[in-house]
Amino acid sequence: MTYTPHTDEQVKEMLDVIGLEKESDLFSSVPQELQVHGIDLPEGLDEFSTFEKFKTLAAKNVTDKTIFMGGGYYDHIVPSAVDALAGRSEFYTSYTPYQAEASQGTLQALYEYQSMICELSGMDVSNASMYDGASALAESALMAVRISRKRNKILIDGGINPTYIKVVESYLSFRDIEFEIIDVKNYKTNIQAVLDKIDDSVAGYLFQNPNFFGTIDDFTAIIEKLHEHKALAVISAYPISLGMLKDPGSMGADIFCADGQCLGNYMNFGGPSFGMIATKEKYIRDLPGRIIGRTLDKDDNEIFVLTMQAREQHIRRHRATSNICSNQNLIAVRSTIFMSLVGQNGLADMANLCFSKATYLKNELAKVDGVMVLNKDNSFNEFVISTPIDSDELLVQLRDKGFYAGINLANIDSKFSNEILVSVTEKRSKEQMDALVAAIGEVL
Amino acid sequence: MSTTIQTIFDKSQEGRKGIALPPLDVEVDTKIDSSLLRETKARLPQVSEFDVVRHFTNLSNKNMSIDKNFYPLGSCTMKYNPKIAERVANQDGYLNLHPHVVTNNFNEDVQGSLETIDMLEKSLCEVTGMSAFTTTPQAGAHGEMLGVMMIDKYHKSKGEKRKYIIVPDSSHGTNPATAAMVGYEVITIKSDENGAIDFETYKEKMSHEVAAVMLTVPNTLGMYNKRIKELCEVAHEYDALMYYDGANMNAIMGVARPGDIGFDVIHINVHKTFATPHGGGGPGSGPVGVNDKLKPFLPDLGIKKEGDLYEFTTGGENSIGKISPFFGNYGISLRAITYMTVLGSDGMKDASSKAVLNANYLRVRLKDYFDVPYSGMCMHECVLSAKTLAKKGVSAMDIAKYLLDFGLHAPTVYFPLIVKEAIMIEPTETENKETIDYFCDTMINAVKLADENPEEFQSYPRTLGVCRPDDTRAIKELDVKFSH
Repeated sequence: MTYTPHTDEQVKEMLDVIGLEKESDLFSSVPQELQVHGIDLPEGLDEFSTFEKFKTLAAKNVTDKTIFMGGGYYDHIVPSAVDALAGRSEFYTSYTPYQAEASQGTLQALYEYQSMICELSGMDVSNASMYDGASALAESALMAVRISRKRNKILIDGGINPTYIKVVESYLSFRDIEFEIIDVKNYKTNIQAVLDKIDDSVAGYLFQNPNFFGTIDDFTAIIEKLHEHKALAVISAYPISLGMLKDPGSMGADIFCADGQCLGNYMNFGGPSFGMIATKEKYIRDLPGRIIGRTLDKDDNEIFVLTMQAREQHIRRHRATSNICSNQNLIAVRSTIFMSLVGQNGLADMANLCFSKATYLKNELAKVDGVMVLNKDNSFNEFVISTPIDSDELLVQLRDKGFYAGINLANIDSKFSNEILVSVTEKRSKEQMDALVAAIGEVL
Repeated sequence: MSTTIQTIFDKSQEGRKGIALPPLDVEVDTKIDSSLLRETKARLPQVSEFDVVRHFTNLSNKNMSIDKNFYPLGSCTMKYNPKIAERVANQDGYLNLHPHVVTNNFNEDVQGSLETIDMLEKSLCEVTGMSAFTTTPQAGAHGEMLGVMMIDKYHKSKGEKRKYIIVPDSSHGTNPATAAMVGYEVITIKSDENGAIDFETYKEKMSHEVAAVMLTVPNTLGMYNKRIKELCEVAHEYDALMYYDGANMNAIMGVARPGDIGFDVIHINVHKTFATPHGGGGPGSGPVGVNDKLKPFLPDLGIKKEGDLYEFTTGGENSIGKISPFFGNYGISLRAITYMTVLGSDGMKDASSKAVLNANYLRVRLKDYFDVPYSGMCMHECVLSAKTLAKKGVSAMDIAKYLLDFGLHAPTVYFPLIVKEAIMIEPTETENKETIDYFCDTMINAVKLADENPEEFQSYPRTLGVCRPDDTRAIKELDVKFSH
């Protein structure tokens, strides 16, 4: 099956106009010795056989478990209106909105997106999306180094999602930027250790709240000391938690970044999601990626445009703030639709549902013989447990009972021994949580 | 009467709800310390579901899109995005797959998806002649970054730290930006009178301090460099690696393979060549292919098959590490392999052939009306210039804005940077002759109008409700979020 509409007659007509005899003459500028003849792959399939093939493959994936896994990807609700609206081909088959007059729909949606991200984060300005939470954090670190001018050192809190840290390491190591990871203590930021590391050589400190283990911390003392030393506070946060927790702007953070999967998007085996990045107005020129602004047209009508493009690669080339071109626009639009649907009260309610349900499960699991809840203090919707038996073994048994009960942290980093990260969203019912508690009791 | 815009925030009414959440069915008395809580709610709009549906439906109507319009943006390959790919990717079995399932080593629960990734990687190897692919990069520029990181590691593994990356002056902006992002200095080489990288200057600049050369093939002028193999040989004499920017892969599927020619690393923009929707700016996906030289440096995560079971792999000791937490934009990879399955070997070759046919037909129809900076056959796109029209006061941008009123999205303008008043047109293979004729007729009408009444261009577009933004004002009176 092909999607080329040419009739044989038209091909001949067009070749005549060009002055060629046959179609293969079109490639006369490709040296003969470089030409291959065809591709060693199967011939095309009709649509119906193709769908059957991929339907069969989809059936080999398991998606009927009750999910208590998080770790940066969450099983949240996806309202029907998000799929319906983002599924409009006027959104998904358009290109980057370089021609403003022909792209007002995408541009306005992104302006609204930026406005919502600023509301969530308490920051002044947001860009129009990055690839994901991990790359947004890495770009935030580069941004901190850029803003600091001559400093070349980044402190990384050990409470950050370890897979994000690995991405940040890749971005920084090729730039010869020095970085140091400060381990957590009892699943919390080791505040004193961080304070001891802050001096005039530090460009920025990256931290996550709630952290990877679900712990909510108070970073006031750290942010104050960072600012005394003219270093930047870079926070990665979980957007749903911002319906309840102190916003990065009020904390005094300088750069906010996050992953947007939780805002109306599927887990999709890890992508596409999108990253967000927002900052104080004074740092707008150091932001990577696209920014949308509102201005007037020649007749004084309001119009949205891509603005401050002199930071970007298509204008500034090797002096650009980043090499990013395509971002994750459609997923950012999905989340704009999602945030419109939940609204200011819905977001607060959703955060409360996640927190309350997770707290219920945490309390119930603590009552099970053999289960230890390891982060006892404030936590949002994730927490860490350990049990007397091997975590891989426990998780396999629970899977066979219908649960993805959590993530075995030992498989992420060898510094963990036998801990499981458990996560709860608004989708989990009391009945499902009670069933998980009973199942763990049975296995132990 | 000038119009003001109603944002979703302007439509907000205190207390209105757009969603019913699952119930709170537990009781807990734990409280979080108030110092850790936010003091005021995030002021998201308060609107009904129907308000949201109407608002965003109306917004969508303000976009041009492939499904509505001919969209001949050069270098962007805006071809038809087949609906089957959406239907495949929107199945529950793919959408609701948690990536940490692999962290728990439950490989048997994700066999379908691991197999689709393997299918895509193998198919891309076949089309490009590379020996391995990774789907972890989330866009073309992300792929470029990964490619240059691997190149850097390659030289370091030989105990070398090289300093420069060579790009031609016709390159995409992402190439030099990527080089800088990975810590390299850029050597830009001018193009010769045929639009190719100047061979003599290239040879002069080549040295043991050059880590790599980044080339787009065919280049951004739509031309195939006849000396491409020699360019590779010159670089390889100095152990500099050859990077193939695959943005223009749509021109040569089944015709020539980068791996055979001597390229060491390539990225593909699947949102161009393999028809995944561009989403108004993303998500794309930029899989990267390497030859044997660079295999040891591939990132996490990879795929292998042990017996009947697909497993994920983490990189070896020379791996550059991670650039994405898992498998990149998996949902986009899935659309790409769906498209490749439908087209097959015959369909992919036909796609490239018809893309080049359409571009050359269009070029010949317009060559007497515009300046043609580089003559001769083009590949999948052609670059014209409005240099002569500009003398009459009609710029490339004026032509672009004029076209919008005739239901035609504008071509890429002012790129490549080496062509004055550049108009870069890529019709793609999925457009029929009637549409291309209509586009050509409209372009010719624009040229006639430029002779008769050049001032009139300033009033275009007239039918879209807005016309010609004040970009200077946008920067000076910065308004990048809603003010409550």
